[in-house]
Amino acid sequence: MASVFEYAPAPESRSAVDIAPAYGLFVDGEFTDAADGKVFKTVAPATEEVLSEVAQAGEADVDRAVRAARKAFTGWSALPGTERAKYLFRIARIIQERSRELAVLETLDNGKPIRETRDSDLPLVAAHFFYYAGWADKLDHAGFGANPRPLGVAGQVIPWNFPLLMLAWKIAPALATGNTVVLKPAETTPLSALFFADICRQAGLPRGVVNILPGYGDAGAALVAHPDVDKVAFTGSTAVGKEIARTVAGTAKKLTLELGGKGANIVFDDAPLDQAVEGVVSGIFFNQGQVCCAGSRLLVQESIHDELLDALKRRLTTLRLGDPLDKNTDIGAINSAEQLARITALADRGEAEGAERWSPECELPSSGYWFAPTLFTNVTQAHTIARDEIFGPVLSVLTFRTPDEAVAKANNTPYGLSAGIWTEKGSRMLAVANRLRAGVVWSNTFNKFDPASPFGGYKESGFGREGGRHGLEAYLDV
Amino acid sequence: MPTSVSPGAHSPTAGRVSNAPLTDVTASHSSLRRFLHGLPGVDAVGLEARAASLGTRSIKADAKAYAIDLAISMVDLTTLEGADTPGKVRALGAKAMRPDPTDRATPATAAVCVYPDMVAVAKEAVAGSDVKVASVATAFPAGRAPLAVKLADVREAVAAGTDEIDMVIDRGAFLAGDYLKVHDEITAVKEACGTSARLKVIFETGELSTYDNIRRASWLAMLAGADFIKTSTGKVAVNATPSNTLLMLEAVRDFRAQTGVQVGVKPAGGIRTSKDAVKFLVLVNETAGADWLDNHWFRFGASSLLNDLLLQRQKLATGRYSGPDYVTVD
Repeated sequence: MASVFEYAPAPESRSAVDIAPAYGLFVDGEFTDAADGKVFKTVAPATEEVLSEVAQAGEADVDRAVRAARKAFTGWSALPGTERAKYLFRIARIIQERSRELAVLETLDNGKPIRETRDSDLPLVAAHFFYYAGWADKLDHAGFGANPRPLGVAGQVIPWNFPLLMLAWKIAPALATGNTVVLKPAETTPLSALFFADICRQAGLPRGVVNILPGYGDAGAALVAHPDVDKVAFTGSTAVGKEIARTVAGTAKKLTLELGGKGANIVFDDAPLDQAVEGVVSGIFFNQGQVCCAGSRLLVQESIHDELLDALKRRLTTLRLGDPLDKNTDIGAINSAEQLARITALADRGEAEGAERWSPECELPSSGYWFAPTLFTNVTQAHTIARDEIFGPVLSVLTFRTPDEAVAKANNTPYGLSAGIWTEKGSRMLAVANRLRAGVVWSNTFNKFDPASPFGGYKESGFGREGGRHGLEAYLDV
Repeated sequence: MPTSVSPGAHSPTAGRVSNAPLTDVTASHSSLRRFLHGLPGVDAVGLEARAASLGTRSIKADAKAYAIDLAISMVDLTTLEGADTPGKVRALGAKAMRPDPTDRATPATAAVCVYPDMVAVAKEAVAGSDVKVASVATAFPAGRAPLAVKLADVREAVAAGTDEIDMVIDRGAFLAGDYLKVHDEITAVKEACGTSARLKVIFETGELSTYDNIRRASWLAMLAGADFIKTSTGKVAVNATPSNTLLMLEAVRDFRAQTGVQVGVKPAGGIRTSKDAVKFLVLVNETAGADWLDNHWFRFGASSLLNDLLLQRQKLATGRYSGPDYVTVD
């Protein structure tokens, strides 16, 4: 009779990537130590194993990197667009060629499943470089008038949730438009940015055009405050984003911020239910929910609440949590102990405030940072877990009765980054989408990304757009 | 006959068995239409994305060995040609019972599937084994014959001892919106099957064309008493696909949750490699669940698939590939 179909371990080979015991800062085309000789360790969140020791940038290094970028700007911005495009196309192709290596690296350093780095992160990274390579010689036709000029040196600070993809979102449009870059990756995920530095060398990119400074918040603060930085781009928490806005206020620096979110996934009673369940799952459990545009609030029409919740719970029991390098893993590790503590505290708060907590049975590995997929029912707008960004695999389920109520609840948040609408009725979908104050509205899908599509927030989710033609504007003097 | 299962602890939907009088649904043309059109819609992009995502599961080592043996045991080894002869059918029966003569541990296939006039020959060929005989009927593959002819077709096959009937629905009636006609025809065929033959209902999904139609056809057939729902005849351009099979697995899962009645699924046509077969088993495992991982509830309608499964099985056992000359051509 029926037996159990257990999947044997199917780990991607770790030997696909060769991680050196130590890495330097990448400044002016060379890997160097930090001026004060400081280093920090980066660990694999799934095992807490130390992966490498990385030079830690300080203020002096920031200054050195910005000077290198300034020096390189003259030559780089003078290149014809066709020439800049060649470098970007070359970088895109090298990323594709090295995608397996980079996917394994990213999975090790970030903790996300190899299925995601292999099938989402890396293809999107390459696509982003290809896309902006295509713009480099067509800027005259981007809608900003003839011969739009670059800004100069871009100081970019990126988060740990999509280390290489966020790098691509920042660096590709900056280079295509003729700017030079100093980029600071997050302290928990510096490695893929350093591998990218190597790719820049492999592509023969002129020295100083791209500089990578691994480090902590102090390095990021020094970078955005540096007087010779013309453009600041930041993706990360709303709290830090506000700090940056204060720092650059009163300067000539151009600023784009991509901050937090509390996205609502709205499921109407005529939704394609099985696909809605998939969308809700990918909306909140993709990358362990550590996604700024996650659909962390499920707004379900009350009349189908029980049916949808049954289906959702059944689906969650099939999620496979464990070794991120296993090709069959759906849910990987939380990126850091600090983030795990934050998720844990917020989930506990949800319980304390009276929401009903549920997780599928799943065994968490004994080492590393793990959090079981969790959903909360009986949540109202007044609950902390319905208001605060958790940035973890925790879904808050709320109900609504009418489209008006759905829109009101979806918009009732200081954030406005993403939303989802699930309905088979096109007119309702369009009407609701028009009234949602969110930068991205997906319909009958969620977490779909494309380099041609602009991305960004309303309200406290930030301003400026990345991706698409709109993404060029942030790097042009227009 | 649909087997009633008591929803046990393994069923995540246990306790959801409703007493909804689904029988009223088929009381009239309009009630049936209302019910079928009230089923949740299917988003094609989302369905195909889910099927593709499950297709990336990596099945290795012990899991692969298990899946290959399970797949072999689920094959309805099929010959449906104008040129079928008793000799061909006997050879097929021998192959079904002993797929790999060099390794007796190889499981037998679930059934041989033939035209009605070959049922007697097939029964004799597999006599004494657990291999079932399935017969297509109801003017397969087009189904364009009067009901009386279709029923006679079924009765002949049943009289000749077939264990299973694979009927085709009237796609014309379905596409014209005459769901009750399709339903009543299935009910009549089910009656003609009596208690001795299980009924598989073929939709010809390639002709129904939309996923919404496939979901409706699935519920329609299950309401009419199908023991199995089956994608296709293998005689049109688009046959079994991961997406349409996933959709039908969702339907049998939901039907059991609502009625307590378990119905089988049979993708047919176009599944030729072990890799494909394993992907379908992953769909079963992660959609309908382990209760369907048995040849009583899931089948592959295929002919060339078996040899590829055997080659992969030999490869797993010996560590090297043999070749087409090391599996039998019957």
